[in-house]
Amino acid sequence: MKKTGAEILWECVVREGVEVVFGYPGGANMPIYDAMLSYPIHHVLVRHEQGAAHMADGYARASGKVGMALATSGPGATNLITGIATAMMDSVPVVFVTGQVAAHLIGGDAFQEVDVTGITLPITKHNYLVTRADEIAEVVREAFYIARSGRPGPVLIDICKNAQVEQCEFEYPREVKLVGYQPVDHAPKESLEHAVKLIEKAQRPVILCGHGVLMSKAEEALMNFAIKTQTPVASTLLGLGAFPASHELSLGMMGMHGEVHTNLAIQNSDLILAFGMRFDDRVTGTLKTYAPHAKKIHIEIDPSEVHKNVAVDVPLVGNLKTVITDLIPMVDEYDHDEWKKQISDWKAEGDSRSIMNWNPDGKLHVPHLVSDIWKATGGNAVVTTDVGQHQMWTAQYYALDRPNRWLTSGGAGTMGFGLPSAIGAWFANKEEEVWAVAGDGGFQMTAAELTTAVQENANVKVAIMNNSFLGMVRQWQEFFFEKRYSAVNMLSPNFVKLAEAHNVPARRVTKLEEVEEAIAWARSFKGPAVIEFVVEQEEAVYPMVPAGAALDQMLQRPLKGSGD
Amino acid sequence: MNYTFIALVENKPGVLNRVASLFRRRNFNIESLAVGRTEKPEISRMTVVVDCPNGDYDAHKIEANLYKLVNVIDVQDVTHQPSVTRDLALIKVMVGPEKRAEVNSLAEIFRARIVDVAADSVIVEITGTEDKIEGMIELLRPLGIVEMVRTGQVSMTRGVNDGVRRMPGVNGNRFEDLSEMAEMAP
Repeated sequence: MKKTGAEILWECVVREGVEVVFGYPGGANMPIYDAMLSYPIHHVLVRHEQGAAHMADGYARASGKVGMALATSGPGATNLITGIATAMMDSVPVVFVTGQVAAHLIGGDAFQEVDVTGITLPITKHNYLVTRADEIAEVVREAFYIARSGRPGPVLIDICKNAQVEQCEFEYPREVKLVGYQPVDHAPKESLEHAVKLIEKAQRPVILCGHGVLMSKAEEALMNFAIKTQTPVASTLLGLGAFPASHELSLGMMGMHGEVHTNLAIQNSDLILAFGMRFDDRVTGTLKTYAPHAKKIHIEIDPSEVHKNVAVDVPLVGNLKTVITDLIPMVDEYDHDEWKKQISDWKAEGDSRSIMNWNPDGKLHVPHLVSDIWKATGGNAVVTTDVGQHQMWTAQYYALDRPNRWLTSGGAGTMGFGLPSAIGAWFANKEEEVWAVAGDGGFQMTAAELTTAVQENANVKVAIMNNSFLGMVRQWQEFFFEKRYSAVNMLSPNFVKLAEAHNVPARRVTKLEEVEEAIAWARSFKGPAVIEFVVEQEEAVYPMVPAGAALDQMLQRPLKGSGD
Repeated sequence: MNYTFIALVENKPGVLNRVASLFRRRNFNIESLAVGRTEKPEISRMTVVVDCPNGDYDAHKIEANLYKLVNVIDVQDVTHQPSVTRDLALIKVMVGPEKRAEVNSLAEIFRARIVDVAADSVIVEITGTEDKIEGMIELLRPLGIVEMVRTGQVSMTRGVNDGVRRMPGVNGNRFEDLSEMAEMAP
């Protein structure tokens, strides 16, 4: 049957299981928007294309499916860029479809023409420029396959306007044939045996659990492996939730703002089992002294991550879930009691400095607020963040026991991610309660999406941690620039009025005794809500490994005082 | 040290750009890059010469990153394999009739050819390894080279020898020589 290119796009997209798309129409994608009306697709109209990208990203992270966003040519497409880069750095499967000027106009600087495939080349897993309608079916099929398989990532399809309107025979491609793209599944047996030998010898092993565990849905395999070998599990920022925080083997977050006992465990370990993580500089500290006594086994789907930052003894390139599942019957049971005891001694020492032990001083502290939200929601909310201090505090104190409920921009560190990704996450499961924890700075970058939340009646609660500073930059200026504060004093609008102007109910909380009630109020109705918490201004995130220092050279919270 | 890679890629628009962009983004230094068709119309072949100051470690990195490109089918490192390597140069030398014979005899020694003769210039075509071409250029230079163009190096392994493939399992590569990846540490 003959169909237009735009119809073929939706035929294929619906077959991929897409039900919701986030986007913004414009001149070059109008035929796509017109055809969309005939398909069972819910479209979320955003206020800025960056919002669409983050929503599709948030949807993908929370649902485990491929997200999808639309934008028109030129500025519509370039507004997606930050969101595409965010998805790329965190390996999130999103398909972006942008409109492009007609094929015969390409290269002529036509109205709203921008070289989108050129711009997005380094920030997509793959991209396509489609100039003819008869290419669309195959391209869309490939795009979704590439986005979700192997190491997932964003794929962009730039479709010329003529290809959207031209008609051709539609036949859905039965299979994807890509000679140059065949991700590995199993790791070779010899390498597995080599790994088992190292596991046998280990006295002080640690598992480093990364985003790959979530991406390959290997949570159960990880749990079985960890229990069988009694190996403690430390998590990267993005790996949080893959292993239950309340489990006795859980060490919590590692790295720059990781817990003391976690980083000490890594530095003193004799075997590191890196599961779907990439030894980012934020988790290793200086590489010169990183885990100096440890043999290293690296299970990773992307061969270019092997040996990239840290040289490993046994690389196991393959699908994480498959490889761990292959390994489990090959390894023996261990107890590692001495090692676990050592770690819990370190933990007790670190905990003594925890801000959670503080007696109320009349001020609001973000860690306490995060903990209050955690208590109120039973730790079951989907939580998104912006980037900075509040992000680290949320990672530290919103202890997650379940996967795919922690959405944060890790690799790219994109401010403005919190609110739109929360809206996207809500579409993944509308029964869920979604909390976006944001800073006063980041919130203002994408605050316009509040109206999107209202238009969709998304059950998204925004907690703005307002310290009137760009807090993390301020902290670095305090620690490393002799407290010379440069461009970090942040004047904010009246957030309550701003929210109310968007028709979002809002409250400002300045006193300790108002906290619990405000959180309960926000949870008492469906739909968006905003709480502005006016918090202690010059708090610092501890522990902290200064950039370039060794992982066990942590600055720790002073024992008493208000944070400095 | 310079490493030579042979990459088979899909013959599609933009693939050369993807490879070049990858090398720029990952900060690899291309010494020479030659692309052309192969016996299969859907496949192009690239010979890439890259400066690898960290030796095999860099080579590993380059191969792994090339495979991240969806259009890259196969990569082999032929640096240490017995192989035939060629580069072609056209060199225009300013010589009048009185010195043509000199160019001619040089060309003969290098098995080069004179492919164009004008009133006051000739074009010499030379094929060979980098060293051989450099040698000829040095001897022609005093005569007055006014223009030169080179194709960049192309390579092919001798006999049935393949180059080294460091990515077992990727794109159906066989799991041979597994120690390779483990020993690739910097």
